Amino acid sequence: MSDYHIQLDRQDRLVHFLTVEGLTHRHLTEILDTAESLRGVAERRIKKLPTLHGKTVVNLFFEASTRTRTTFELAAKRLSADVLNLNIATSSAVKGESLLDTLRNIEAMQCDMFVVRHEQSGAAEFIARHVKPHIAVLNAGDGRHAHPTQAMLDVFTIRRHKPDFPNLSVAIVGDILHSRVARSLIHALNILGAGEIRVIAPRTLLPAQVETLGVHPCHDPRQGLRDVDVVVMLRLQRERMEGALLPSEAEFFQRYGLTEERLALAKPDAIVMHPAPINRGVEIDSRVADGPQSVILEQVTNGIAVRMAIMSITLGHHARSTEENA
Amino acid sequence: MGNAEFLIEALTGQLRELLTRRGITDPALVGIHTGGVWIAERLRQRLGITTPLGQMDIAFYRDDFSRIGVHPQVRPSELPFDVDNRHIVLVDDVLYTGRTIRAALNELFDYGRPASVLLAVLVDRGGREVPIEANAVGTRLQLPASDQIELIGPDHLQLRIQTVP
Repeated sequence: MSDYHIQLDRQDRLVHFLTVEGLTHRHLTEILDTAESLRGVAERRIKKLPTLHGKTVVNLFFEASTRTRTTFELAAKRLSADVLNLNIATSSAVKGESLLDTLRNIEAMQCDMFVVRHEQSGAAEFIARHVKPHIAVLNAGDGRHAHPTQAMLDVFTIRRHKPDFPNLSVAIVGDILHSRVARSLIHALNILGAGEIRVIAPRTLLPAQVETLGVHPCHDPRQGLRDVDVVVMLRLQRERMEGALLPSEAEFFQRYGLTEERLALAKPDAIVMHPAPINRGVEIDSRVADGPQSVILEQVTNGIAVRMAIMSITLGHHARSTEENA
Repeated sequence: MGNAEFLIEALTGQLRELLTRRGITDPALVGIHTGGVWIAERLRQRLGITTPLGQMDIAFYRDDFSRIGVHPQVRPSELPFDVDNRHIVLVDDVLYTGRTIRAALNELFDYGRPASVLLAVLVDRGGREVPIEANAVGTRLQLPASDQIELIGPDHLQLRIQTVP
């Protein structure tokens, strides 16, 4: 059994969202279909649904990330929840308060959902195991482990452009080794039955035995990008340069950066994705990032609907479980 | 199991008369998923309304989220016209507690401020829990609470009444 069975209740329903691993086609499709229904809300005059009216969502960020926190905040607000942003990185952790003490304190404020980002792998799961049973926990990125909401918004964006997953060929390019985005996306694509997943990176940035994840590794983008439907560029973390895993940004761009010439190897209607923020001229050329095949900003828009879907599904299942056990 | 098509005839007649009486020449129809959409499309054709059909799934507006959560097969709501100053006809298959219509009205007003809203239903089975009534009704049935009534479609609409143990 998966270590993450904690995210499912006894009826196999999603009550936390910690990782894509171990979930089924049905779980992911429920999220994607619900997100599809929520996508139109942003175009209404009143961009708000009453679904989570009276619920309190706490953004518990132990690792700074304005962008991700903002999309969770907006998603919660569009569902009429109240939102509390706690940047623990700069407060209690410094004062030496333990994680459990922090948790108990926030719980005492009568919250319904924790959105957790932490630099330690497994942090969100740890919190899910220790919170009161009515609280839902969403993983907003834990260490190198997982970033499941990003993976869901990625597959949602892919499905809107390329719904034929069995015949889909996806290339993921960049630092696969340190990327929780890549790990979660690979799991999601495999669960949804994507035809082929290629990972393109220098040897130093690929995990050992990467094939066991169900992907084809490739060190040369000229081969790896040929005839793909989707190109996912990963953000190159500048701090990796110091670890001697990479020679220089300039050399990375020269060998792996997505230029118009390289993109021409993919199918003519291939889409270009990136979890943002992009490093222009490091992993992607500006002409590609701003070009007609780029769906990078669409990913940001879709991220709100997908997070709204995950919030309403998990909190809804909590409500249902509570009702059945009452 | 009963054929529902003749009820649609009755409903069409009532609605036509009502719209004439109110001087409404260009209403917009909004069906509530799923049965309401099937009926609304038939009404739209019979009344010769050119405005495209609106569809609403009220799943995110229901008042029982804290008991049952979100329906797993929720569909997108789509109102392909400007709601502001428009005469709207909400259409549903069965009017029972009135809670669905309460939710639908809330959703509708999040799109804009209609000139008026009418409610047309195929079956009114009584049992209201909120003060909501229909303006046009295909038929009225008195059913015990243990009976479930369901519209089967999308072709050859049929009403199925079942006693739930």
